[in-house]
Amino acid sequence: MTALPPPPAKKLGLVIDLDTCVGCHACVTACKGWNDQGYGVPLSDQNAYGSEPSGTFLNRVHGYEVVSGGGPAEIVNFPRSCLHCDNAPCVTVCPTGASYKRAEDGIVLVNEDACIGCGLCAWACPYGARELDAQAGVMKKCTLCVDRIYNDTLPEEDRVPACVRTCPTGARHFGDLADPESAVSRLVAERDGYDLMPELGTAPVNKYLQPRPKGAAEARPLAPLLDVRATGLAGWLDRLLERL
Amino acid sequence: MHPAPSVILFTTLSGAGFGLLFVLATGAVAVFGLEAFLLWGLGYLLATAGLLASTFHLGRPERAMRAFSQWRTSWLSREAWAAAGALLMLAPVALAAVSGGGLPPAFGLTGALACLLALLSTGMIYAQLRTVPRWNHWTTPALFFAWALAGGTILAGLPYAAALLCAALAVLQLFAWRSGDRRFAARGHTLATATGLGSRGVVRSFAPPHTGHNYLMREMIHVVGRRHAAKLRTLALLLGAVIPAILVVALPSSLPAHVLAFAVHLAGAFAARWLFFAEAEHVVGLFYGAR
Repeated sequence: MTALPPPPAKKLGLVIDLDTCVGCHACVTACKGWNDQGYGVPLSDQNAYGSEPSGTFLNRVHGYEVVSGGGPAEIVNFPRSCLHCDNAPCVTVCPTGASYKRAEDGIVLVNEDACIGCGLCAWACPYGARELDAQAGVMKKCTLCVDRIYNDTLPEEDRVPACVRTCPTGARHFGDLADPESAVSRLVAERDGYDLMPELGTAPVNKYLQPRPKGAAEARPLAPLLDVRATGLAGWLDRLLERL
Repeated sequence: MHPAPSVILFTTLSGAGFGLLFVLATGAVAVFGLEAFLLWGLGYLLATAGLLASTFHLGRPERAMRAFSQWRTSWLSREAWAAAGALLMLAPVALAAVSGGGLPPAFGLTGALACLLALLSTGMIYAQLRTVPRWNHWTTPALFFAWALAGGTILAGLPYAAALLCAALAVLQLFAWRSGDRRFAARGHTLATATGLGSRGVVRSFAPPHTGHNYLMREMIHVVGRRHAAKLRTLALLLGAVIPAILVVALPSSLPAHVLAFAVHLAGAFAARWLFFAEAEHVVGLFYGAR
């Protein structure tokens, strides 16, 4: 079971557009909300209202600053979750067979009933996609909302991962990345979608899209507002006091 | 990486235990009766104490038996098989030595091979991880062998073999530290490759995704332990290799002398194993702008 399956015909995954992500963390909240009550044990929090809160999340949004030459700094919001790698190192290290990659659609999952919580899969993942739940003692990770995407009882438009469904700017796209004609594959082809840490050979299914180049910033867009001229009585007082 | 006391205890104690069982199983030192009982007993005690300690770092220790299932792909599973196999296979050899009987050497040699496999598996659990460049190298399993066999020969009372292995251990450990210090940079993992934003300019972590700690940061990012790295390295070499080598050669051969040399060696092994974890940097730290 912990051997990787042959390359699946279908590779479900996400395409994350760093151009449109505004870093609102709605995907983080929606992910925690959905995955707290469906698949597997809940995502626990420790000391949630105390001085050092901590908790299990399957998706985290970083903010990075990119500085190039003398230009203004660019802020890039960067969601980070499981990339459902073709060559997933987290699967083969598992001693119990709890960690596996599905042959039918390439989703990487954890069978929580077989997980002993040794943490080796989290060590093997370069992307920090796996977190050991402190309450349940088992490994949690993105399921690509496997309990939504095939769920016939949900309306058609809800059969996508919770993070994709909730994203207010449409920065997250879900689909079959093995099908070159799918919307996500065309998006990746158009925008040169790329892999994270390709040098590690994990062959991630999820792709990221670079922010689009921006025009040069106006020199001082707020400058006209600073030149305040008083009118009427205040203007007369201003001129009078100026002369004194 | 977080230096979890349970894992440090497990790898050093069971390492030394399997080292001692290996030496005894090969028949390199002929012991009978009470001496056999003490030495084999110590080997079993160290090996099983270490294995027990290892279950303390599991989230669900009651399911530990499941770890035997994936020996085809997982080094952790292979370690479970080799360790349990060695302990079972060597039981009749140990009983024969204690009771004064004899068994064909094939019994002991098979068990000795299982001991080596257990040590190899432990080393490979760490060496296989490409996410931790310092560990992802042949020196990792080599170090696990060297520490275990040095400890085993010290306890078994083979002064010249022990002194030689201590010397080899010191050289290997120094080489592993020196080459390991450069490996993260040499592999070229940076925040630029982690985020793919390197082509746009210099990338810096600006806003972390959460204000508190999380599992990833507790487990993979451990900066505190590196503060005294240079001192600990010196201590590990002196206590782990230099002083025990002098003690085994200088002191008259007796079980208390061997145990004394081993105790000093074990203190060095703990220091070295602490550093093995504390100095290991995981690539996930890059996302947090910390290693």
